Amino acid sequence: MTQKPYLSLSLVNKSFTRGNTVSDVLKNISLEVLKGEYVSLIGHSGCGKSTLLNIVAGLTPATSGGVVLDGFHVTQPGPDRAVVFQNHSLLPWLTVYENVKLAVDKVWSAESSAKRQARILNALNLVHMAHAKDKRPSEISGGMKQRVGIARALAMEPKVLLLDEPFGALDALTRAHLQDQVMQIQQELKNTVIMITHDVDEAVLLSDRIVMLTNGPAATIGDILNVPLERPRRRLELATDPTYIRCREAVLKFLYERNKFVEAA
Amino acid sequence: MAQAKRKVLVAGAVALAAGNSHVDNVVALPPRAAPKRGLSMAWLGKTSTHVVPPTLALLFLLLLWQVLASGAGSSLPPPSQIFTDSHELILNPFFDNGGTDKGLGLHVLASLSRVAIGYALAAIVGVALGTLIGSSQMFLRAFDPIFQVLRTVPPLAWLPISLAAFRDAQPSAIFVIFITSVWPIIINTAAGIRNIPDDYRNVARVINLNPFEYFTKIMVPAAAPYIFTGLRIGIGLSWLAIVAAEMLIGGVGIGFFIWDAWNSSLISDIIVALAYVGLVGFVLDRIVALLGRIVTRGTAAN
Repeated sequence: MTQKPYLSLSLVNKSFTRGNTVSDVLKNISLEVLKGEYVSLIGHSGCGKSTLLNIVAGLTPATSGGVVLDGFHVTQPGPDRAVVFQNHSLLPWLTVYENVKLAVDKVWSAESSAKRQARILNALNLVHMAHAKDKRPSEISGGMKQRVGIARALAMEPKVLLLDEPFGALDALTRAHLQDQVMQIQQELKNTVIMITHDVDEAVLLSDRIVMLTNGPAATIGDILNVPLERPRRRLELATDPTYIRCREAVLKFLYERNKFVEAA
Repeated sequence: MAQAKRKVLVAGAVALAAGNSHVDNVVALPPRAAPKRGLSMAWLGKTSTHVVPPTLALLFLLLLWQVLASGAGSSLPPPSQIFTDSHELILNPFFDNGGTDKGLGLHVLASLSRVAIGYALAAIVGVALGTLIGSSQMFLRAFDPIFQVLRTVPPLAWLPISLAAFRDAQPSAIFVIFITSVWPIIINTAAGIRNIPDDYRNVARVINLNPFEYFTKIMVPAAAPYIFTGLRIGIGLSWLAIVAAEMLIGGVGIGFFIWDAWNSSLISDIIVALAYVGLVGFVLDRIVALLGRIVTRGTAAN
């Protein structure tokens, strides 16, 4: 690797203590992410993917080890690591516009209100949601809510965008549509992205690298796969692309073999 | 009405048949603008479906009462008797002959002013304490059992002790209102705060809201539906409490009026006053409910 890592996790451990029993969730996770890179974390449910993302976000403290982003040690949550939560987590009493405004007003409080308004509308335009800016979350579909969640995160101009199974709760067609949009936005803005997923196709389609976690307890990085596919990627053409098929197979094999390993244990 | 319905059905069947034979000729019709007369008719129809049944039920109950209370040995007056006895009270609620000889409207206003003060205090203290208890597991463990016991104490049981403490009727009555209505407000607010989803908390942490911003922008709106449930129970309880308290403390007020009428054997006056109490309580409940609906707009819908 010639480039300096933008985000690095070094020997991150996480264990939960309940009474006298200590359960290890994550063990010795070390990972380096480059600026502008799209990295997926894949693994079976319960392996600690979300915990790892929360540690990067600063929402959960690591038991040991550390996270450094752009030269700064991560100790608490902040807008430089905006999270898009699995279930959108928009505030239902605010309109779409106000939901984004809440974040923009706080993060860009030094700017003029005209500038902030431009930021809000710009973010909503990126996800094609400006038309529904005065609607409340209960009045829009699940996919639209997730788009607003992404707009809210993008409006903070985070150094790294953290996506926690952003498409998990969506139907297949909406999911594909939103994946394409996220790819396009990432292409445009060159965001550094870490995305949690349990969908193999999604991981291969979107990522530059796929980090595969072993099964918990004490999950660690089992393997890292490079996805050397040209961008922009088009899902229809990729379906028959040999590189795509090879990557897909590698991830499937990893997940399948680890599964077997657990059953034998 | 039935005939009109049948006509529509027939028209529908014709349209269906036509549609079947000319599937390729489907033309999108422009949306029909609702005619103004139709709208007001719909409004009239909607109103009548909501007004006619209760009116009929009320008339039926009054009639039943009239029949039951008209017998020779009846101890309570029938509605017709009440009107002849107390029509002055019904028709002129705001007369003032000095002292406690006032119209029912003035008595109600006196009661309402006590409720306003006691309930406003209860709302402020209740939401504040509820927030504190809801946001801290330790405070919850410490205070919840005490509150659960105190809230079951009947309103009037507080009156002697508050008279002893305040040595004056007016603040005692207000205190009884306060202590009666504060518990549901505390308990519901605390429940609302405890039920704020972790996601909202995480969103607030990611965008670095400070505690004050978190309180005003996340906590209060997220808990608002619960808070208003508590406030609504509270207003009902305070109206229950004031009538009972005023019977004992005297002075001007609807509760005192009822007790005074009983002492003067003016049964008709009591019944008119009861109707006032019920209507005012109903209006108070609706006002708080409406306020809640306005404030919580989106929250409850999610």
